[in-house]
Amino acid sequence: MSTAVLHDHPPTNTGISHTKLAMWLFLGSECLLFGGLISTYLLYKTQGNGGIIPADIFDIPFTSISSFVLLMSSLTMVLALSSVTRGDMHRGKAWLVVTALLGGVFIGGQVYEFTSFYREGLGYTTNPASSAFYTLTGFHGVHVSLGIVMLMSLFVAAHQGKLKPENAETVEIVGLYWHFVDIVWIFIFTVIYLIPVE
Amino acid sequence: MTEPVTETLTETHSDDHHHPSDWEYIKVALILAAITGVEVFTYFESVLNWGAFLVPGLLFMMVIKFWLVARMFMHLKADGAILSQFFGGGLALATGVYIATLLSFNFFG
Repeated sequence: MSTAVLHDHPPTNTGISHTKLAMWLFLGSECLLFGGLISTYLLYKTQGNGGIIPADIFDIPFTSISSFVLLMSSLTMVLALSSVTRGDMHRGKAWLVVTALLGGVFIGGQVYEFTSFYREGLGYTTNPASSAFYTLTGFHGVHVSLGIVMLMSLFVAAHQGKLKPENAETVEIVGLYWHFVDIVWIFIFTVIYLIPVE
Repeated sequence: MTEPVTETLTETHSDDHHHPSDWEYIKVALILAAITGVEVFTYFESVLNWGAFLVPGLLFMMVIKFWLVARMFMHLKADGAILSQFFGGGLALATGVYIATLLSFNFFG
């Protein structure tokens, strides 16, 4: 059974709120940003200047776990939206915090990965492959971190009673951003980590 | 003669659409988790040797996950087609531009 959703907003030509439309436009443009970063990595992934490249030291089991954590945070995000839409603010706040925590676990994993790579001798400027790798995954990490800030802002607003079921669209828009970050990682995990470098 | 404008800026409209239920979300998440599990198994060649099907298989699973998240979690299935067009437009533009870039660098051999 599906859940009926009613979001109030001023009249628009499309029938869709301007903020939601703007977020989708923004996400469309973000495809170009990440497309550029992914292409750059693909072009430089084997250019290690005779040294190690990121693919030599990937820890796939570890990255798989952090990928799974980020994937499940998308579930908790939609459960948060569903709860807020129903007016169950207590559960909505709980799911928002769980989503932020899962995002925090993912970022923690990325910090661990970067640190271990650095200890293996792979710095940001070691070679073109490492620069492209850190730039791509670092940009993604910044996006996740911004998402955590947005989630915590929603939690604080809900805690102060400023977030109500009528403005559940705000949660939906933050959710769109969060799911997009997840989608980008789905792409990165397959193309960068799982497809072997020849 | 044009119709008089009856709407005022103080009026509000509602997006009346149906989002999936919590149970549907959980089912989608289970499917995503299962696909991720299969993806990870491809890393361990001793479990199953995919041979020439490895890269197409991984890309296929990636597209399925991408599609499920966009359609179910981002509600593209329930929301208006214009949103799919906005996002799809950006995605198609990015794909075209960067495949052209990779081709120009002889990335595909």
